[in-house]
Amino acid sequence: MSTTETQKIEELANKEYKYGFVTEVEEDRLPKGLNEDIVRQISAKKEEPEWMTEWRLKAFRHWLTMEEPKWPNVKYPPIDYQDISYYSAPKKKPKYNSLDEVDPAIRETYNKLGIPLEEQMMLAGVAVDAVFDSVSVATTFKDKLKELGIIFCSMSEAIKEHPDLVKKYLGSVVPYTDNFYATLNSAVFSDGSFVYVPKGVRCPMELSTYFRINASETGQFERTLIVADEGAYVSYLEGCTAPMRDENQLHAAVVELVALDNATIKYSTVQNWYPGDKEGKGGIYNFVTKRGACRGVNSKISWTQVETGSAITWKYPSCILQGDNSIGEFYSVAVTNNYQQADTGTKMIHIGKNTKSTIVSKGISAGRSNNSYRGLVKITKKAENARNFSQCDSLLIGDKCGAHTFPYLEINNSTAQVEHEATTSKIGEDQIFYLNQRGISTEDAVNLIVNGYVKEVLAELPMEFAVEAQKLLSISLEGSVG
Amino acid sequence: MLLEIKNLHASIDGNEILKGIDLKVDAGEVHAIMGPNGSGKSTLASVLAGREEYEVTQGEIWYNGKNLLELSPEDRAREGLFLAFQYPVEIPGVSNTNLLKTAVNEIRKYRGEEELDAMEFLELLKEKSKLVELDQKFLSRSVNEGFSGGEKKRNEIFQMAVLNPKLAILDETDSGLDIDALRIVANGVNKLRGKDKAIIVVTHYQRLLNYIVPDFVHVLYNGRIVKSGGKELALELEEKGYDWIKNGKSEVTV
Repeated sequence: MSTTETQKIEELANKEYKYGFVTEVEEDRLPKGLNEDIVRQISAKKEEPEWMTEWRLKAFRHWLTMEEPKWPNVKYPPIDYQDISYYSAPKKKPKYNSLDEVDPAIRETYNKLGIPLEEQMMLAGVAVDAVFDSVSVATTFKDKLKELGIIFCSMSEAIKEHPDLVKKYLGSVVPYTDNFYATLNSAVFSDGSFVYVPKGVRCPMELSTYFRINASETGQFERTLIVADEGAYVSYLEGCTAPMRDENQLHAAVVELVALDNATIKYSTVQNWYPGDKEGKGGIYNFVTKRGACRGVNSKISWTQVETGSAITWKYPSCILQGDNSIGEFYSVAVTNNYQQADTGTKMIHIGKNTKSTIVSKGISAGRSNNSYRGLVKITKKAENARNFSQCDSLLIGDKCGAHTFPYLEINNSTAQVEHEATTSKIGEDQIFYLNQRGISTEDAVNLIVNGYVKEVLAELPMEFAVEAQKLLSISLEGSVG
Repeated sequence: MLLEIKNLHASIDGNEILKGIDLKVDAGEVHAIMGPNGSGKSTLASVLAGREEYEVTQGEIWYNGKNLLELSPEDRAREGLFLAFQYPVEIPGVSNTNLLKTAVNEIRKYRGEEELDAMEFLELLKEKSKLVELDQKFLSRSVNEGFSGGEKKRNEIFQMAVLNPKLAILDETDSGLDIDALRIVANGVNKLRGKDKAIIVVTHYQRLLNYIVPDFVHVLYNGRIVKSGGKELALELEEKGYDWIKNGKSEVTV
């Protein structure tokens, strides 16, 4: 790469994170540290029933016996779990009748992000359950959903209002013993979203939650549970941006999806947590467990993710294909720049007959970042005629970044058909020059190439989200190219 | 004067390739630059287009009243300078249509013109693709990906037709073309000739010049233009070979 081009790239790469700002809101938080008493206090603050407190405590006791996983291809200093405050919520918890009643500071935050609630309500027909830090502050379109029998509320509310559903499904896909971070989450989860779509109902709008970590040094432990009953359909969008902070912030969410007979769940994520500054300081640690169970026949779960943020991303949205003819899909774009590290991918576990899975993973590495795809395709003994198609592509920008692919295959049934394709390419200065020579600036040239590379995945996103994702991609890669 | 090159010296990695080029190109003219391998033909084309690996150590280039060396590669393109690449690169995932749409609109924006809407643009593509007998299916395919050598070259001329440059530089556009493809490409180029435009054809062989007949022929050798003449110079070269130039070098350069 020529020096001028490198300089240009560096200049562009040095642009600050656009969404770094802090909203001043009074908050209520617990002292740092984690013990049984803290777990009880979290449960008490949330006015939870005894069974929930017990569940949290079981998880906490189990967590004490576990060790942090060391196998991901990421590096970070040890986390002091006693140096984190496990609960923080805006102090006032009013119930709003209209947006006018929402704390202006919070609304301003959303405005800065360019996602004003008003517009979403009016334009998109999106019901928004906005999670600000840990407590839901605004829930809209509830009435319309109510008519159809769809439950869309915060997890805390669901625990109180719909205990039978929560008891039945919470931890049924990701048990509290699952892994270090999921177990921690089970003990201390603050809030999250709960969705239940009853039999035969097609949810008429995209359900969406904008998450945002705000309180300094407060780990955020979201817990989301989505259940689609027989023949139901739901599309859920999750998007997030976080303000600039010096301290690393731990984010260990758990998302569980359950699809019963003939049900479909589509789960889309645009993730833009603060990635740290250009020296790699600060940034979110995003250690997430996302898993869906296709429990019923002909059920389908589709994950689509666009990951541009976080200092470290460690997540594998997975599908357990239990029901015969069930389908699992994973479409992913993961971008890393500067010193970001990502170890992400999926697991497709084929158990039922004629189950099908598709994996399309597009990694983009720039700067000094490291981007790993890690995927497991497991075909169990009884999974007759299972099919999988995997495509894992890596795009490198510059020569100081890394891309790694770790595909694991476990095939225990000879009728399985498994295809795996992988490519690695590099945005070369020849390509940039070619486009320059056609009158296209270097920045636009990169966007053109990157958008071409990821279009297969973006096509899976709902329209309004795809636009936002495209914007995020170009922000994340501004000037990273040569 | 559309293009004026004065005493141009350029080097790459410290090696001087161009050692004092002088060249004037007026609107309406077609100039051929010929020369043996390694004489600096492609370097000249790259320097004109603004490739950054080449360092201009001396001299000036004036293009359409502007100091070309002060313009970025994209601004040169927006000012109407087009390079048909000797080795067009593949850009997976970016369709020909998408590239051209972006390019056309960037150029129009630069000139203060309105962007073309989708319909107007598709019309333009259709019309120009006929010029080089390019199948419509190439429009939706990724730029040059999986194209044969001939298809890539045809695609370059197609892009040239769409972008309608003031000054087109064809860098070894004939290399790798069979006789039919050569004829198609040359026909396309000829249709793009015009009073207000100029073309510089960089080539090793004379055969392209049977189809694109130049007004002037220049022979480049060892980084300098050692001989200039009319179209008959190309034929003379073909007959006598480059050794004629090499052997008589001292004589012609004096």
